[in-house]
Amino acid sequence: MSESISITTTQPAQTAASPSFWQDARHRLWKNKLAVFGLVVVCVLGALSLASYLWPNLTGYTYARQDLTLGPAPPSHAHWLGTDALGRDLLARLLYGGGISLTVGLYATGVSLIIGVIYGAISGFAGGKVDSVMMRIVDILYALPFVIFVILIMVFFGQSLVLMFIAIGAVEWLTMARIVRGQVMAVKRQEFVEAAHALGLSEARIIFQHIVPNLLGPIIVYATLTMPEVILLESFLSFLGLGVQPPQSSWGVLIKEGADVMQEYPWLLIYPAAAMALTLFSLNFLGDGLRDALDVRGSKD
Amino acid sequence: MIRFIIRRLLETVPVLFIIATATFFMMHAAPGGPFSSEKQAPPEVQARINAFYGLDKPLFQQYLRQMKHLLTGDLGPSFKYAGRTVNEIIGDSFPVSAELGCEGLFVALLFGLVAGMVAALKQNTFWDHLPMSLAMVGLCVPTFVLGPLLVLVFAIHLDWFNAAGWFFPRDRILPALTLGAVYAAYIARLCRGGFLEVLHQDYIRTARAKGASDARILFKHSLRGGILPVVSYLGPTIAGVLTGSFVVETIFGIPGFGRFFVIAAFNRDYFMVMGSVLFYAVLVIFLNLAADIVLVWLNPRLRFEE
Repeated sequence: MSESISITTTQPAQTAASPSFWQDARHRLWKNKLAVFGLVVVCVLGALSLASYLWPNLTGYTYARQDLTLGPAPPSHAHWLGTDALGRDLLARLLYGGGISLTVGLYATGVSLIIGVIYGAISGFAGGKVDSVMMRIVDILYALPFVIFVILIMVFFGQSLVLMFIAIGAVEWLTMARIVRGQVMAVKRQEFVEAAHALGLSEARIIFQHIVPNLLGPIIVYATLTMPEVILLESFLSFLGLGVQPPQSSWGVLIKEGADVMQEYPWLLIYPAAAMALTLFSLNFLGDGLRDALDVRGSKD
Repeated sequence: MIRFIIRRLLETVPVLFIIATATFFMMHAAPGGPFSSEKQAPPEVQARINAFYGLDKPLFQQYLRQMKHLLTGDLGPSFKYAGRTVNEIIGDSFPVSAELGCEGLFVALLFGLVAGMVAALKQNTFWDHLPMSLAMVGLCVPTFVLGPLLVLVFAIHLDWFNAAGWFFPRDRILPALTLGAVYAAYIARLCRGGFLEVLHQDYIRTARAKGASDARILFKHSLRGGILPVVSYLGPTIAGVLTGSFVVETIFGIPGFGRFFVIAAFNRDYFMVMGSVLFYAVLVIFLNLAADIVLVWLNPRLRFEE
């Protein structure tokens, strides 16, 4: 596998003794401080959110527990990040909301990944008329105001999380399809594909067992770069009141609530906004770093 | 080129048809109707209202009627704003959104292009790192964080602007900045990449050797090639600026079209939703076509397909 990947890159062919493609990539990634920083932040935030999901009492409070006599309190020893107007602990809500935001990010990216890879791989592998029709469809879809459709779907069919994964994923697969198609076109003429043909393997098997694994680099990179976009879209919907419903929280909901009262209780805006910006930063840095490390050419046309 | 344009226009017909059909059936599949949220009127009154708007007919007949209306360009009456047609509402509120969008786009292009060009020209110096770091910040701070923060600092603490409203020219500044920031960041990155590619070409080295100034190299020799990536990004950008204005309009209390759209969807204002969706779709498709034409005009190596 390692040899075939190095062919798809712009690097000159490696000698047998040199480290494998993935070792090389890992080495380059470790040298990129910003990318490592991003990786660490994403892992820590993910772990914290997971922990707060497993142990809802992690911060001493659950995300929905109200303390109406306390009301909105600035950060203190008891509540590290303060409380909101209903006396709910902001740290607990932030972690819980982070869990939701990251989950939406992961699943929606997963949906877009599945659609995009399958569509792009088929289009690129088939070539000819099929390819041009399939890509024409993508071009046309690109030109549509999709966010409007997501809004409509969310308004009409209730605000369930599953629906949100599907709606967002269905919007974000286009770029992935284009990238995968381009890469498949480049790979499908190579000898190992010819060999697979000669062995009499089915086309589906050639595409998904022999070609797609060679595209892991670009796929990983663009999945990493899709996640921040998805998280932004989720919070955009939450901001419009279409995302998760109270008493649940996501970062979009928290930012919306904070923005409404920022003059009186600025911490309610600052901490969620910072958490979200930090996550998006980290994912973007990680994505850029991975792109450099895996030497994926800028195929985002 | 004429053939290209005609072909693209013909292509939009089935696309718009599919959009209209999908929107129609999605709307009617959703629970609730335009008059179900209001205080319950007596059944006979409700029946009259439904008959007046043709809502008592079978779904398919309603569909045909809707399509016929759309063909004539009549988007129908609004259910919620009694006595007003959708055409009037769009006519009143869209100019506001369009103005906001143009100003946001202007902000995006101004800051994005300047930052990107400076960064490319001074690659790997402070003047490269500073604008690119700012662009990264711009990418990661969502509109609905930036907007309230700008209001907090410039309207509430410094008192330079009004916190909300759409009355005076200076009311435009904060919304335009909020709307344009993300796109400025994207454009800066694309523009830097585009110019870097051009600046490494041999003919630029020749121009330098002949003693051309930085400004001449930028504007005379590399502008055309350098902004290509930005132009191809403009189509999607415009779509984004238009939909992004939903949030900005909410934050700054601007009487634009985006708010009508979201409210209309909540109200099941069928004609209003259909009208808005098609209006946006047509707008976005035409702007994309315009961006493609400009792209070919800038880069003669690209030819119009077929």
